[in-house]
Amino acid sequence: MYCDRCGFPKDNSDHGFCEAARKLEPPRYCTHCRRRMKVQVVPAGWTATCVEHGTVTA
Amino acid sequence: MREIFERVLATGVGLDEAGILEVLRSPDEELPELLQAAHDVRMKWCGPEVEVEGIVSLKTGGCPEDCHFCSQSGLFASPVRSVWLDIPSLVEAAKQTAATGATEFCIVAAVRGPDRRLMDQMREGVKAIREAVDIQVAASLGMLTQEQVDELVEMGVHRYNHNLETCRSFFPNVVTTHSWEERWSTLKMVRDSGMEVCCGGILGLGESIEQRAEFAAQLAELDPHEVPMNFLNPRPGTPLGDQPVVEGPDALRAIAAFRLAMPRTILRYAGGREITLGDLGTRDGLLGGINAVIVGNYLTTLGRPATEDLALLADLKMPVKALSATL
Repeated sequence: MYCDRCGFPKDNSDHGFCEAARKLEPPRYCTHCRRRMKVQVVPAGWTATCVEHGTVTA
Repeated sequence: MREIFERVLATGVGLDEAGILEVLRSPDEELPELLQAAHDVRMKWCGPEVEVEGIVSLKTGGCPEDCHFCSQSGLFASPVRSVWLDIPSLVEAAKQTAATGATEFCIVAAVRGPDRRLMDQMREGVKAIREAVDIQVAASLGMLTQEQVDELVEMGVHRYNHNLETCRSFFPNVVTTHSWEERWSTLKMVRDSGMEVCCGGILGLGESIEQRAEFAAQLAELDPHEVPMNFLNPRPGTPLGDQPVVEGPDALRAIAAFRLAMPRTILRYAGGREITLGDLGTRDGLLGGINAVIVGNYLTTLGRPATEDLALLADLKMPVKALSATL
C-alpha cells in the first residue's frame, strides 16, 4: 500500500504529516499501484481516477 | 497611527506606500486596534454585505509557465496531472456554487493564455451555465489578446481575474517565463473593455515587508473591483514547497493594510487562509477588512465546507450579497 499524498510506501514509515495535510487536499497517488491519479476538484467535492484501479470520490 | 485611520475613514482615500508600510510594521499589541480600524473603513465604504464566490478549474495542470508557487506548472515535479472538466460537470459545479447563495462563479484554466480550443470551451460553458443557473460568470485564463478580451465580453463574462501575484520588484524571483508588465498589460485591456477587474496575489512567497507594502500600493494604483488575498500554501514539488507559511498576526496585519490601502474594493479571502489563519483567524479577518470569500474547494486543494463559512457570516451578522445587488 502507498500513501495517497506522497506516493511512498506506507509500511513502517510515518505519514502523520501527509494524513494531516490530506484534510485540505485530495489524494494524488493510487494507494494500490502508486500511479499519479487524474484529480478533478470542484467546489463541493473531488474525483480521483487511477487508470488501473478506478475512481474514488468525495 | 490613529490619525491615519481617521483620515482614511473620513475620506475613503487609501494609504500611500509609506502609510501601508507603517501599518505592516505595527506591533502585535496594536493589532486589535488596527483590525478595528480596517473593519470600520470596510463598513463605511463597502457596507456589511459579503460577496460569496465559488471557483472551478476548467483545465488543470500542464501549464507551460514556471510560477514557483504553483502545483499546476508542467515544469515542476508536482503530482498534479493535466485534466479537463467536461461541460456538464462545469454546469453542475455552478449549480452547487449557486446553492450556497454565491453570486459569483469563476472559471479558471492553468494556461499562459487561452488557445482556440479553450475559448471554444469557455463559450460553450458560459452559455450552458447562463441557461441553467442564475449566477454571474467570471473567468481567469491567463494573459489575453485584445481579440480574446472582446470575445469574453461578448460571451457575457462580467469579471476577469488576473493576479499580479506579488510586487513588481519581487516578481522575477517568482516567475521567469513572463513579466509583471505583461500581466499589467492584460489588466489594462480588461479594464478598458468594461469587464470588472479582479487582481490580487499571494503573500508569503518570500517577499519582504517593504515589498508587501509595494504590492499593496501597486494594486491600489490599478484600483481593481476585487482583490483576492491568498496566503502561500506550499505545494509539494514546487520551488516554494518548503517555504514557511505566513504567521497569523502577519496575515491579519496584511489584511488590514490592504483594506486601508483600498477602502472601497472587494477584498476577498482566497486560498491558504485555512492553514495560515485557521477558524479563529478567519473570523478575525472578516472583522478586519475582508468583505468577500471563496466558499468550498479551491482549484487543486480543499477549503472549509461552504456551510461553515455561511454559518460564520450569519454569526457575525454579515449578510451575503444578493445577486440583485450585483446586477
